[in-house]
Amino acid sequence: MATIDRATVEHVAKLSRLALSEDELQLFEEQLVRIIGYFDKLNELNTDDVEPLSHPLGLRNVFRGDQVVPSAPRHEALSNAPDRTDDAYKVPVVVDPS
Amino acid sequence: MPDLTTLSAHDLHRKLLDREVTAVEITEVFLERIAAVDGRLQAFNTLMADAALAKARDTDARLDAGKEVGPLAGVPVAIKDNLCTRGTRTTCSSNILGNFVPPYDATVVEKLDAADAIPVGKTNLDEFAMGSSTETSAFGPSKNPWDLSRTPGGSSGGSAAAVAACEAPIALGSDTGGSIRQPAAFCGIVGLKPTYGRVSRYGLVAFASSLDQIGTFARDVRDTAMLLGVIAGADRRDSTGADEPVPDYLAALDRDVAGLRIGVPNEYFAEGIEPEVEAAVRAAADTFRGLGAEIVDLSLPHTEYGVATYYIVCTAEAGSNLARYDGVHYGHRTADDVDIVNLYSRSRAEGFGAEVKRRIMLGTFALSSGYYDAYYLKALKCRAMIKGDFDAAWEKVDCVLGPTSPTVAFKLGERIEDPLALYLLDIYTISANLAGIPGISIHCGAGADGMPVGLQLMAKPFDEPTLLRAAAAFQRATEHHKARPELP
Repeated sequence: MATIDRATVEHVAKLSRLALSEDELQLFEEQLVRIIGYFDKLNELNTDDVEPLSHPLGLRNVFRGDQVVPSAPRHEALSNAPDRTDDAYKVPVVVDPS
Repeated sequence: MPDLTTLSAHDLHRKLLDREVTAVEITEVFLERIAAVDGRLQAFNTLMADAALAKARDTDARLDAGKEVGPLAGVPVAIKDNLCTRGTRTTCSSNILGNFVPPYDATVVEKLDAADAIPVGKTNLDEFAMGSSTETSAFGPSKNPWDLSRTPGGSSGGSAAAVAACEAPIALGSDTGGSIRQPAAFCGIVGLKPTYGRVSRYGLVAFASSLDQIGTFARDVRDTAMLLGVIAGADRRDSTGADEPVPDYLAALDRDVAGLRIGVPNEYFAEGIEPEVEAAVRAAADTFRGLGAEIVDLSLPHTEYGVATYYIVCTAEAGSNLARYDGVHYGHRTADDVDIVNLYSRSRAEGFGAEVKRRIMLGTFALSSGYYDAYYLKALKCRAMIKGDFDAAWEKVDCVLGPTSPTVAFKLGERIEDPLALYLLDIYTISANLAGIPGISIHCGAGADGMPVGLQLMAKPFDEPTLLRAAAAFQRATEHHKARPELP
């Protein structure tokens, strides 16, 4: 089974964008080892010739005509933003201009 | 006048149309009921008294003017707090959305309004619908009206408690791995999860996109059929839905079950099931046999792989769906936004509860480089095999019968410390979500300590009529559904 150790948990937390506390990292390491260990039960099944099922009805590539209809007004779309200008969300600088 | 709060939705609607009572009178009675009991039950996160009374006044005015009203006119409805309601706070019982006010209505909310239903409030749930007891709610758990020291189940615990306690005759919930059916079982009411794609998910805050489905709570199967007829149907805003016509679900209710082939899987009576639950469910099978149904032994051989399959697929999808909670567009934003990565990581860490974090971690792990094939892809293949069990079953039977849950409602605090043990209790409900088939839970008797036992029936995709037919026949032949909890 996959080795779940502290380094794994820290890596997954980083990918998940979750800043976990020391207590959380320890607790989740224990719990993830148990739960992911349980997932290994699926290795009992031979799935070599089985197609993966992601949509229960087997729908693929649903299309409709490209009709222009009104979108939500901008002020409504921004109405819950914690930090905003009149027409945009505000975030810290992403790319350092220097 | 009888106590309006104990009436079914269809009886309330009839009394309104017969002008025995006004919509405003009905609404006031239910708001009083909520005020009297919800302090103890905590089924509601947010009440919608003003909206409810405004809708009721509008309905009365239309009736006075001789105009038509919709099929749910005069009927109060409770709405799970992961369904977007324009202008009314929608929290998903999470601190990360504590003040989120949606600028739009979910499709099902629009449909309820078009049917003239009266929305009384938003109900409590496990945070982001992740849980089986409503104990992961950031606002505290709802209580089971049959025993306030026990869970009402989850994740739609608030909606189930509200209907069982007569705070509303009907409610909407959502079901990803059993989150309607299990609370219905724990609270002794009718819970229906429709076929995947039967009801539009537009406006349902997404947990697991290939598993989530909006469904119904009621005490009377006729109400279930009415409500399903209102919310079902294709929607151009949900591309994962089915383009299936909506039949007249009420027509299914009056058929008897003579000749109906009901499969009973031997895997559903394995270890872990409480003896009283097994006894009540087997007695229910005997009731169906007495009504002329044919009880057929069945095997669903991949049942034991369902929990592992489900907790890989749903967590992977959840990790992806919850990436949007980043402190930017809505929701909680950390004060510590020194750079973009900290903005995301700290907002999310501060806003999400432990179960949500745990599931995001599991899902991210299962999708991550090096593990994707062994976990996520493997789980999707196992999912196909689980669906294959049902495809084979439909050659021999029209529906599948079993317990909804291996246990009756457990005490609050009893199971929440061991996530894996709690996950294992989903064994009977998750297969329906993985296979996309409809499932209904109905009250079939008393278990340990007099707590309700739920009977589950599942059927082929889009065969909700068979479920409604069987459930209605059971309610005609038995009295369990008439039992009501005595609130202290």
